[in-house]
Amino acid sequence: MKRELEILAQAETDKRYGTPPSERPISEHIRLGMINLNKPPNPSSNEVASWVRKVLGVKHAGHGGTLEAKRPGRSNGYRRTPRSA
Amino acid sequence: MVTGVLPVALEDATKAIQAFLFSGKEYVCLMQLHEDVDPERTKTILNEFTGEIYQRPPLRASVKREVRKRTIYKIDLLEVESRRVLFRVACQAGTYIRKLCSDIGEALGCGAHMRELRRTRAGPFTEDENHYTLQEVQEAKRLYDEEGREGNLREVIRPVEEAFKYIPKIYIRDSAVDAICHGAELAIPGIVKLETGIKPGGAVAIYTLKDEVVALAEAQLSTENVIDAERGIAAKTRRVVMKLGTYPREWGGRQR
Repeated sequence: MKRELEILAQAETDKRYGTPPSERPISEHIRLGMINLNKPPNPSSNEVASWVRKVLGVKHAGHGGTLEAKRPGRSNGYRRTPRSA
Repeated sequence: MVTGVLPVALEDATKAIQAFLFSGKEYVCLMQLHEDVDPERTKTILNEFTGEIYQRPPLRASVKREVRKRTIYKIDLLEVESRRVLFRVACQAGTYIRKLCSDIGEALGCGAHMRELRRTRAGPFTEDENHYTLQEVQEAKRLYDEEGREGNLREVIRPVEEAFKYIPKIYIRDSAVDAICHGAELAIPGIVKLETGIKPGGAVAIYTLKDEVVALAEAQLSTENVIDAERGIAAKTRRVVMKLGTYPREWGGRQR
């Protein structure tokens, strides 16, 4: 779908504030960064995202669209022990 | 074995995940048939799965298990080798391909299951452009840490704006930016320019004149109505991506 731009007003932007995406300092670039990751076969999407988080040393990393979910809830082979009274 | 395009958002970019979460996906799938089937028949049945289909999420699903309607935009048979069938499928977000395979198997009468799956597109992200492995990410980080070279890291990590490729944009005045960062609605006088094809209720991206994303919003007026009207609310802010205070506060009376 081709989109056209409609101009409503003339306005300037003050270069003291904000930064065009291509000129962000590297820390800002990471803070507002996306990785188009080539997911390997075995780890789950969640495991891959958490791996990225550790490697880059960032606080948060989230993936969009699960590719191969691990079983939600319990892990495989896990049995809940009966609750003691 | 599931591989391929997995967009990963870092830090504040995680706020933009909604921008492509519900966008279309494309896969190449290897399906295993449980009996011999004439390839021509396989092709016919595959074609019958285009358009609207009904799916019940699998037993092991993270969503409610009720039948959902999904659209298959396209299925192309690529190759058949005895009981293995390779096909390409373009579909709506939330389509289970593993389920699609077993449903195709049922339609063929012989049963089938998914053997391997590769995602080739997730909304704006494809296999062909800026697609990197975990090792490449790690190497880019090492070059930066040990040699101070930013180049690779800047290639591997893309600006969050790339997630908004297919979402229509509204560009606003510097003076309106901080109000949007505080969650305000976007009023028409704050708009400098906007793209065609905006529909009420649809998603729009609010941008600065420096092409930075400010927020994801829900359009209240169409492009045409915004052009015709002089005042009114053009969009309601839904998810703010930009950090508060990036632009000066020029609203709400005196500054402290």
